[in-house]
Amino acid sequence: MNTNAKPTFQCSGIHIHIGEKEVVKGVDLTVLPGEIHAIMGPNGSGKSTLANGLMGHPAYAVEGTVMLAGEDVSAMPPDEKARKGMFLAFQYPVAVPGVTVASFLRAAVSAVRGVDVPVREFRKELLARMEDLEMDPAFAGRYLNDGFSGGEKKRVEILQLLMLKPRFALLDETDSGLDIDALKVVAKGINAAASNDTGLVLVTHYQRLLNYVHPDVVHVFMEGRIVRAGGPELALELEERGYDWLEPAAAAGGV
Amino acid sequence: MASTPTVADIGSDYSRRYGFHDPEEYFMRTPKGLSHEVVEAISLLKKEPEWMRAFRHKALDVFLAKPMPTWGDTAMLSEIDFDNITYYVRATEKQEKSWDEVPENVKRTFDRLGIPEAERKFLAGVSAQYESEVVYHSVKEELTKQGVIFLDMDSGLREHEDLVRKHFATVIPAADNKFAALNSAVWSGGSFIYVPKNVEVAIPLQAYFRINAERMGQFERTLIIADEGAKVHYIEGCTAPVYSTNSLHSAVVELIAMKRARIRYTTIQNWSNNIYNLVTKRAVAHEDAVVEWVDGNIGSKLTMKYPAVILKGERAHGEVLSIAFAGPGQHQDAGAKMTHLAPNTTSKITSKSISKGTGRSSYRGLVKVRKGAHGCKTSVQCDALLIGDAARTDTYPTMEIAEDQVRVEHEARVSKIGDEQLFYLRSRGIRDDQARLMIVNGFIEPFVKELPMEYAVELNRLIELEMEGSVG
Repeated sequence: MNTNAKPTFQCSGIHIHIGEKEVVKGVDLTVLPGEIHAIMGPNGSGKSTLANGLMGHPAYAVEGTVMLAGEDVSAMPPDEKARKGMFLAFQYPVAVPGVTVASFLRAAVSAVRGVDVPVREFRKELLARMEDLEMDPAFAGRYLNDGFSGGEKKRVEILQLLMLKPRFALLDETDSGLDIDALKVVAKGINAAASNDTGLVLVTHYQRLLNYVHPDVVHVFMEGRIVRAGGPELALELEERGYDWLEPAAAAGGV
Repeated sequence: MASTPTVADIGSDYSRRYGFHDPEEYFMRTPKGLSHEVVEAISLLKKEPEWMRAFRHKALDVFLAKPMPTWGDTAMLSEIDFDNITYYVRATEKQEKSWDEVPENVKRTFDRLGIPEAERKFLAGVSAQYESEVVYHSVKEELTKQGVIFLDMDSGLREHEDLVRKHFATVIPAADNKFAALNSAVWSGGSFIYVPKNVEVAIPLQAYFRINAERMGQFERTLIIADEGAKVHYIEGCTAPVYSTNSLHSAVVELIAMKRARIRYTTIQNWSNNIYNLVTKRAVAHEDAVVEWVDGNIGSKLTMKYPAVILKGERAHGEVLSIAFAGPGQHQDAGAKMTHLAPNTTSKITSKSISKGTGRSSYRGLVKVRKGAHGCKTSVQCDALLIGDAARTDTYPTMEIAEDQVRVEHEARVSKIGDEQLFYLRSRGIRDDQARLMIVNGFIEPFVKELPMEYAVELNRLIELEMEGSVG
């Protein structure tokens, strides 16, 4: 963590509506390069909506300001945000049949870096990152997320994180549905990204991942708001006590 | 419809009526409309044997007697004006057609596909050839050494009359359907291929290897015979748009795969969008033979085409892999037919369609298993992709299974380019139009990977052009 650095990500006054319903009710968040934040909260609290909305999901109406390395990206479509260095690891990555992991990633890497990466160079880099994540090289030739197991999908999300090297990444429930070995591999990828100065926000329901990834800040998210923030010890407290004890704070409109 | 005198009247006063003395020199095209005189003129010009002449006339009677199909896009079909079509145009006249007459949009597409000048003229029907003689000769030499016959159908009839007579119209009789009858009456051009026993043709045979032949006839007629143990891959058409001033294309393609033979027939059809493309394609597969139709339909106004395999010998295998792209104003009514006559025969149909804008695609298929054809397996998979809210797709699968011991699988899926898919790709920096193209290319990937490399590249480029402006 570099405490003198300028924020890599900053959002303020984020409200998100899905249809008529307000799901996210005012969120402010600042992330420095290389920082890891955890947003923890019960199911249905709006965590995923926050992550998808910040990235620019077309079905969500988002108010507020999103800054990426000092630039206002609030009004940008998702592909432009991505090219500015923003990333979202999806909770449920969708399948794109007929498009291989390798060709998809080459298109993505070229788009984000703004240059056509030569095939050989790309391939070398891809295979190295896949090895880091203990993935079979044959995986590169499979169709993106098509028939992948839950664990495979999550690994491919982390592979993308490592290939795209964003300034800032939101990871939506990347730890869910993983066995312990896969969890360790995913954690390794997240730590590698952080040490590469990517600012990260892990959206999670459980404390489990935090045994392998040590957050700088833990936020408790309930009913569309951050109701409390603290150090890593807050995650342990949540694991022990659940979320119920924080309900009065949620009802009061956060900290 | 033009007047229809009986066969006996034909030819008696032909010269007087039409004033042809030397057909080679003066005969350019038949008058518009269809009649026994027109059929007679075609046969006379080609100096055909009597049996073919009679076949044509009989076919015309069938055509005139048969009603239009009452299924498919009957509204579009009813717009065909049979009296306003020229049924035979000699190749020399086609070559004289000027490049200036080719519509701007077709030229523009050539430009953007990066097709060389010579090839463009060929594709636009301005020139009848574009491959160099050198390529043609080396191919021809190799084939001749192996005893392979590869000619245009007219030459095939002249040079190998017995072989043609034995097999011609045995798979698709003139009376099969109205458009097969039409083709039988006025056919011209197409390919004739015979591959001798146990000969494997190493390279795909492509129509453009033929020099000075009427390659892209309106009513081409193709007959391919693979003798026992022979193997051949034929490629028809090309991915570039083929422009024709004529509004009707009605081909007949017959394939005969003898014991253990393998035939693959690949078509990429990209007629300009004013064409009715009504084609009959059917194969007979004898014992242990394999026939594969790989069929891509991009162009035309209306296509009605259902490649068929009659699985006649035990353990024969038939396969149809097709894609259709129906852009605004187009209707691709395509499908497949599999007829299991013998035990332990297998078939597989994979149909993929994309409808964009007001485009409409239909899958129309028939799988028949005859009583006693036990141990058969058949699988049908239809995938449709819709782009935009006005796009339409329909599935008309028919199964007639008269035998208990068969395995039948059928699966049909309709999908749209989903918001979630787009959001996913875009969250990786990929622009909206590129993301859509990626999804479409992925969708047709199972088809594209079956094509020779240069066709695959061209097809992807073509889809890219078709997809332009489909954002939003």
